[in-house]
Amino acid sequence: MRSSKIKGLGAAAAVAMLALAGCGSSADSGSTGASAAPGGMQVPNLKAIDKLGTPEGEVNVLAWPGYVEDGSNDPKVDWVSDFEKSSGCKVNVKTFGTSDEAVQLMRTGQYDTISASGDATLRLIAAGDVEPVNTSLITNYPDIFDSLKMKPWNSVNGVAYGIPHGRGANLLMYRTDLVKPAPDSWAAVFDKAGAQAGKVTAYDSPIYIADAALYLMSAKPELGIKDPYALDETQLAAAVDLLKAQKANISEYWSDYLKEVQAFKSGSSTIGTTWQVIANVAQGEKAPVEAVLPKEGATGWSDTWMVGAKSQHKTCAYKFIDHIVSPKVNAQIAEYFGEAPANKKACAETADKNHCTIFHAEDEAYFSKVRYWNTPISTCLDGRTDVKCTDYATWTKAWTEIRNS
Amino acid sequence: MRRRRGLAALLGPPLLWLVVAYLGALAVIFATAFWTTDPFTNEVVRSFTLENFKELFSTTYLGIIGRTLLIAALVTLLCIAIAVPFAFFMARVAPRRLRGLLLAAVLVPLWASYLVKAYAWRTMVQPDGVLDSTFGATPGYGFSALVLTLTYLWLPYMVLPVYAAFERLPETHLEASADLGARPLATFRRVVVPSLLPAIAAGSVFTFSLSLGDYIAVQIVGGKLQVLGTAVLQNITLDLPFAAALGTASVLIMVLYLLAVRRTGALENL
Repeated sequence: MRSSKIKGLGAAAAVAMLALAGCGSSADSGSTGASAAPGGMQVPNLKAIDKLGTPEGEVNVLAWPGYVEDGSNDPKVDWVSDFEKSSGCKVNVKTFGTSDEAVQLMRTGQYDTISASGDATLRLIAAGDVEPVNTSLITNYPDIFDSLKMKPWNSVNGVAYGIPHGRGANLLMYRTDLVKPAPDSWAAVFDKAGAQAGKVTAYDSPIYIADAALYLMSAKPELGIKDPYALDETQLAAAVDLLKAQKANISEYWSDYLKEVQAFKSGSSTIGTTWQVIANVAQGEKAPVEAVLPKEGATGWSDTWMVGAKSQHKTCAYKFIDHIVSPKVNAQIAEYFGEAPANKKACAETADKNHCTIFHAEDEAYFSKVRYWNTPISTCLDGRTDVKCTDYATWTKAWTEIRNS
Repeated sequence: MRRRRGLAALLGPPLLWLVVAYLGALAVIFATAFWTTDPFTNEVVRSFTLENFKELFSTTYLGIIGRTLLIAALVTLLCIAIAVPFAFFMARVAPRRLRGLLLAAVLVPLWASYLVKAYAWRTMVQPDGVLDSTFGATPGYGFSALVLTLTYLWLPYMVLPVYAAFERLPETHLEASADLGARPLATFRRVVVPSLLPAIAAGSVFTFSLSLGDYIAVQIVGGKLQVLGTAVLQNITLDLPFAAALGTASVLIMVLYLLAVRRTGALENL
């Protein structure tokens, strides 16, 4: 019964869910006429598994760099080997640099599970690349922060499509010896980027447009941007202009995190957007860098472990996800990657007991300032109904235009 | 009859491989270029459109294609400029014993990984890199760094055919030219160059096509530079049909180039 409902109401209700971000309880009220679905989102009729079988021997994992460490990067950083021994599932990891790459790789059907950010999850759900998850099969699910469960980016129509992993903010990294005074605003890579001409770096994905939009929220309040993922034509044009102006000062765009580490180490990049884990690795290699959360706030991510619809190793995938969100492992990842864990009990397991405070794990007020990556659709995510917003396809075109200009 | 069957068994598998894997793949790329994508999921939607090819002719993409052609042409010219004197020295001036050593010196870098060589150039052109500390200046990541790196990477492919052509050039031709009163420069222009031309054209097929299709060195030393290869790469994840259209463009350029080269008779030299 539930599945037929999904089929019928899919498009409209999914969009309603998005528009009403956070008001998940009212999902049913938005189900009037499937034709009103501008994003064209149809949710395929897939079912979660009822119970676990015997482990299939291996699991192919698609993950952000730093999420699944098996000791090959640093022998001390390894939360996979023990799992392989105890579960009998050999873990094969493939990392990706952008959500676009992740979606592309997941589409091959070769991967059993993926750590997807909010700008990938709905694309994967709509394309039928991932299936709903049976949360009762994840023993650690009850310990996950309620504020992360059943969100618009990890559920559709009240059906869970993934297990929350953790969340954090994209930061501003700079060379402490070459950038003075220390920056506290994204202006350092936009309006004041000239101070580091030819040394600025930026993230190579259409989603980076949101970073420009976020900066414009405070730099140009007259544009009226309320949500960096809900941009009408004028607002998008302003963001594109900002990024085109930024390009004159760009050294290179990054999506390979090791290349960014090298660029900061050598000084060919001195300032730009980053993840905490990149700053950690660069500092580990003795590069004089620091990463800060600028005063404007930041874009960020809330990641979700999802299960591939074509997976041949679902039991291993569930076991793997359960392992990843278990308190100890979730704590290790959170500390290594530099993010807030999803598991409440992880806060007691971190080596630095202040980790959850520093990364605001339970601080909803803080995360209200972090704009999680989301997929822009033509229905404005900020609730505006008088204009049409630009969708991800438009963003993609805009980004290609910026990169090629 | 038996003989014919044997021949079919011998040639069949490789021909099948050629048709299915090579031409088949090209055909699929070409067909994909007429499709479009779902705006939300980026999935390929099989509905016919000419939009992708139209977009190829926008100023943005004509600019990228032009830039890529310029890079490929510059790399080829630089390779010729370095390879001709070097091959001449190897084949005509250096003593026999040294010849083998020089040939090895040209070939050895081919055994090193492409990535290692490209990253070596990345560290050389970076601020405070070898170029900076030796010459007091570095081009930094971008166009010049890319041309330098590609020239370095593909040079052996030019040296080898030119070297072979110099070796094949009979001493008697040069002597005859001298006997007939030609000065060294005239000999070079009217005897050496014409016999080298097919070899140079053969080498240029490698340097030109490899530069045209490169997308890895660009990402390593090219900075924010966008060429055909990186444009394809960027679109593969977001708009596969358009990536296919871009791919078709580069295949077309290469076909035209090969046709031009064929006129020089160089293809018999490969």
